[in-house]
Amino acid sequence: MSRIHIIVPGMLTTVQDPGRPGWQRHGVTPGGAVDAHALRLANVLVGNAEGAAGLEITLAGPTLRFSEETLIAICGAEFDVTVEGRAVPAWRPVRLTRGAVLVFGAARTGCRACLAVAGGIAVPRVLGGRGTHLAAGFGGFEGRTLRAGDVLKGGPPSHWAKRLAGALAGAGVFSAAHWEVGAAARPAYTAAPTVRVMRGPQWEWFNLEAQARFLHERFTVTPRSDRMGLRLAANGPGLTGETLREMVSEGVATGTVQVPPDGQPIVLLADRQTIGGYPKIATVATVDLPLLAQLRPGDSVGFRDTSVVEAQELWLAAGRQFATVKQGIALHAA
Amino acid sequence: MKIAPLGDSAVVVALGETLDAATAAAVQALVAALEVKPLPGLIECVPANASVTVYYDPARVPSKDGQPPHELLRRWIEDRAAAAGRSEPAAGRLVIVPVCYGGEWGPDLETVGGAHGLSADEIVSVHSGAEYFVSAVGFTPGFPYLGGLPERLHTPRQKTPRTRVPAGSVAIGGAQTGIYPFETPGGWNLIGRTPWRLFNPHARPPTLLQVGDRVRFRPITSGEFVAARTS
Repeated sequence: MSRIHIIVPGMLTTVQDPGRPGWQRHGVTPGGAVDAHALRLANVLVGNAEGAAGLEITLAGPTLRFSEETLIAICGAEFDVTVEGRAVPAWRPVRLTRGAVLVFGAARTGCRACLAVAGGIAVPRVLGGRGTHLAAGFGGFEGRTLRAGDVLKGGPPSHWAKRLAGALAGAGVFSAAHWEVGAAARPAYTAAPTVRVMRGPQWEWFNLEAQARFLHERFTVTPRSDRMGLRLAANGPGLTGETLREMVSEGVATGTVQVPPDGQPIVLLADRQTIGGYPKIATVATVDLPLLAQLRPGDSVGFRDTSVVEAQELWLAAGRQFATVKQGIALHAA
Repeated sequence: MKIAPLGDSAVVVALGETLDAATAAAVQALVAALEVKPLPGLIECVPANASVTVYYDPARVPSKDGQPPHELLRRWIEDRAAAAGRSEPAAGRLVIVPVCYGGEWGPDLETVGGAHGLSADEIVSVHSGAEYFVSAVGFTPGFPYLGGLPERLHTPRQKTPRTRVPAGSVAIGGAQTGIYPFETPGGWNLIGRTPWRLFNPHARPPTLLQVGDRVRFRPITSGEFVAARTS
């Protein structure tokens, strides 16, 4: 069985899958990779089911040694990645030889990359998911971030992955496919995105000035941001409500923008709470969530009005595009 | 009943604006009615204090007459809510939770008493004399929001939340009482602690307390607390 030895853990490296829906009534957030789209794509590139577990790598990456020949793929933020000093390309399958040491440097752009290995990371399913729930300390690898000396097990690769690895066999320490997921099929990551939002249940609680500023000004990502949420700073005074009202806590969603009393918005990400007591001014369209996953402190974000109908049409179109990309990838090892 | 979209894959169904037992019962009745005949694409229904949030996958909602998924979902909720109006939710089971009040286990007991002109013993007797209902489980895995706190004990949350609240802490926040299952930051007033474990991801259900359960607190000594925790 293949093993992955963690030599250097990196800043925040965790085992994640696309999430564990269905347990929110028990207070368990779906969680999973913050850029779930990048993880799904990386999984497809190594012949895994979309929902297989991989590694989420944050800002400063790990150093990993692979005990066996392994097919891998990296999607998401752009990191310096090398084996024996040679750059390893992202967005495509790469065959590592037995004993290869994969070194992630710092992220050049973006915040989070996903590493998929053929066969997936073999950790037990807990509450239907393999992702790490950091706050409650379960799932993933021992419910925590990876440390130096940890050893992960890889699952059995698919026949497709074996065929592709055979076709990529070469003399070097690694060999990468000559094709990749093209830029047109990747999210348009940027350090200053404008994402589409639908107005929230408490939109009317905000005065006209706050509503206009929310949709027309830019907000800065602060260092207090993490997997739970992007904590933003308004340029100028915070967004305030017409009246101070006591709110009864209700459900929140990934992408929901909450505004606490200090007026500084928080965009909820994968490790959000299930229930929140702050007014919800808006929720970001699901198709734009990968853009938020890649923001780091100092980046900026703007919000633009859209409708539920339009956001759902974008969702369905993105699903069709993903299916086309999957078909294209599948043909490569046929 | 008011249905408001929460982005492109959830809606909040608000059933009231207060934390009363009748609203909590309506919340449970709606969840039950939605789950009896789930719409394809439904992911989960999450009860909160006075609302139900319905999560769904718009790509899996069966399209009909070119109607957008969220319109179909809204109609389905309205139909099911009409059915819910005619059924009575079953009375929840009663769970009696042991609590060691005050001292190092409940460092805010004296302050809460001071705010209401009650002695520590009186706070304990009022808090453990009432019956509560679980109106929501959230914030962290297994955290029960309990309604039914006697008005004499309503206490504002702390201005500056603690960075570390010990697991098992029994606390008062505004008009509700609750129990912290994990060591987390928190702004509620800590009046005691239970030795019980409230969340176990390997158990089914994973939470000790479920929405709809009735809860009473039973005072225990610190000796009993330590014995229960080590057993």
